[in-house]
Amino acid sequence: MLAQQIVNGLMLGAIYMLVAVAFTLAIGVLNFLNFSLPGLFMVGGMVSFGMMKLGWPWFLAFAVALLAAAFISLLVERLAYRRMQSGDPEVPLVSSLGFLVLLENLVLIQYGSDQQAFPALLPDMNFRFGGLVIGMAQVASLAVSLGLVFWLSRFLAATNAGRRIRTVAESRETALLMGIDIARLVPQLFVASALLAAFAGILFAVNYQQVSPFMGEGIGFKGVAAMIVGGMGSIWGAVLGGLLIGLAEVLSISFLGADVVNITVYGLLLLILILRPQGLLGRPASREKL
Amino acid sequence: MSGYLTGVLVVLAFNVMAAYAVYLPLAAGQLNLGIAGFMAIGAYASAFLTNEYGWPMWAAIPFGSALAGLMGVLIGIPVLRTHGIYLAMATFALGQVISAVFLNLEVVGGAAGYPVSDYATPGVVWAAAAGVVVLMLYVSRTRFALCLTAVKSDPTVADLLGVSVRGMQVAAFALGAAVAGFGGGLYAHHYNFVEAQHFNVLLSVFTVLYVLFGGTQTVWGPLVGAAFFTLVPEVLRASDQWRYAVFAAFIILFMAVRPQGLVTASLLRIFRRRRVTP
Repeated sequence: MLAQQIVNGLMLGAIYMLVAVAFTLAIGVLNFLNFSLPGLFMVGGMVSFGMMKLGWPWFLAFAVALLAAAFISLLVERLAYRRMQSGDPEVPLVSSLGFLVLLENLVLIQYGSDQQAFPALLPDMNFRFGGLVIGMAQVASLAVSLGLVFWLSRFLAATNAGRRIRTVAESRETALLMGIDIARLVPQLFVASALLAAFAGILFAVNYQQVSPFMGEGIGFKGVAAMIVGGMGSIWGAVLGGLLIGLAEVLSISFLGADVVNITVYGLLLLILILRPQGLLGRPASREKL
Repeated sequence: MSGYLTGVLVVLAFNVMAAYAVYLPLAAGQLNLGIAGFMAIGAYASAFLTNEYGWPMWAAIPFGSALAGLMGVLIGIPVLRTHGIYLAMATFALGQVISAVFLNLEVVGGAAGYPVSDYATPGVVWAAAAGVVVLMLYVSRTRFALCLTAVKSDPTVADLLGVSVRGMQVAAFALGAAVAGFGGGLYAHHYNFVEAQHFNVLLSVFTVLYVLFGGTQTVWGPLVGAAFFTLVPEVLRASDQWRYAVFAAFIILFMAVRPQGLVTASLLRIFRRRRVTP
């Protein structure tokens, strides 16, 4: 029973992990708490749902959803982020929230506010190990998200593009002096984090077989919590945080009841912020901008 | 006055109080994303006192407000060790934890909600909101507001000039919490019902949205922002389901064109000059 819950928690954690990595890219490099990411998570799930409802095959539906998310994210960069330099540091947060509300309401107008059933894509096959039941979709999504994160961390550590990104994260001025084209790099990062969030939305839809215009809110906010627990700007921190938050959520639902979830999850976040503000794997904050 | 108009103006009054609760800490450079939690404390504490101990409303609501302020001090001291985005996230988590605690507190009805026996008329709500605005206008002319601006602009210099940075930060945070608790207490007594689900993240986040939209440079910003956010969606009600989408698109474009918010210090200066030379 306990082992089964741990497995379920890790599966849920894999989704939080991807969202947390998306947030961590935006915060760690761009110093921007991008509240449109929960909206892009929802776009990932809802657009694939809408396309499949029109009879498109799943891979094309997923591709359209990812493209839509990337395009919206470029708009966010243009309208919310690029204005950051001229105003209060909180301003981009407001416009990115505006994007979240806009996306939710556009999808609401199109598909209604009800939860919709997402078609089952993978055969309903379960692996059984002893008493454990593990769904095929769960294994696939855990493997894919871990693979993606592993690739991303290699990419950041070992390639030239990754080095450029880390330089910008370290110091914008230095990066500019070293001849890094920040104006080109920033939109690329926006697209990358949007793709991660939308992909997490698709995985969520495939796994739990339900989508709704508001599916991004709860998960997006827990993704932020996961990012902070692990340590802002650290990819492996986001992984650890995501898995921890997923575990804390599933275990508290099964042992303490569904109403207590927010106390354990956000209590954990609060505790970490007070005891170790830089997060479990993060370095102490060198910048104090928002 | 029609019932509809009264309803809208009451919502406006609550939004104005919430906006100033966010504005005070923001004036000291703290983004509080957990204001709904403090509203919940004020609402539940005052409702509990009226229901269980038969306190009159005029005593119970200020008590609830003071309790929220006290919680602000107690929680503010550890939480304000963090800065910037960490502080914003800590307050965010705090708001979530507080409303989740009330959701599980069976003494005040848990998830079923908590009916309140005493009723605050719309007149009382408006008077209270006007009182909060006047208080804020007064505070904005004191030395305290100047110290807050100093802390926001440059904590190091403020510290060197002998301003107690930590003290100012905790004071701004706690005062904001007390204003939020006051609004929450009135909310409970006006609608005669409190439920923890009302005090959610979106309430906190939208309040921050009004304030930044109105502009944080002057004390008038939160008032204008709250009025705009309450009244414009009502006007757009004609286009019903497109209402929020249109509104959100407008906010995005507006913030892109004018990131400092609607009301700025230089805008007020223009008005002042006109008054001097008629």
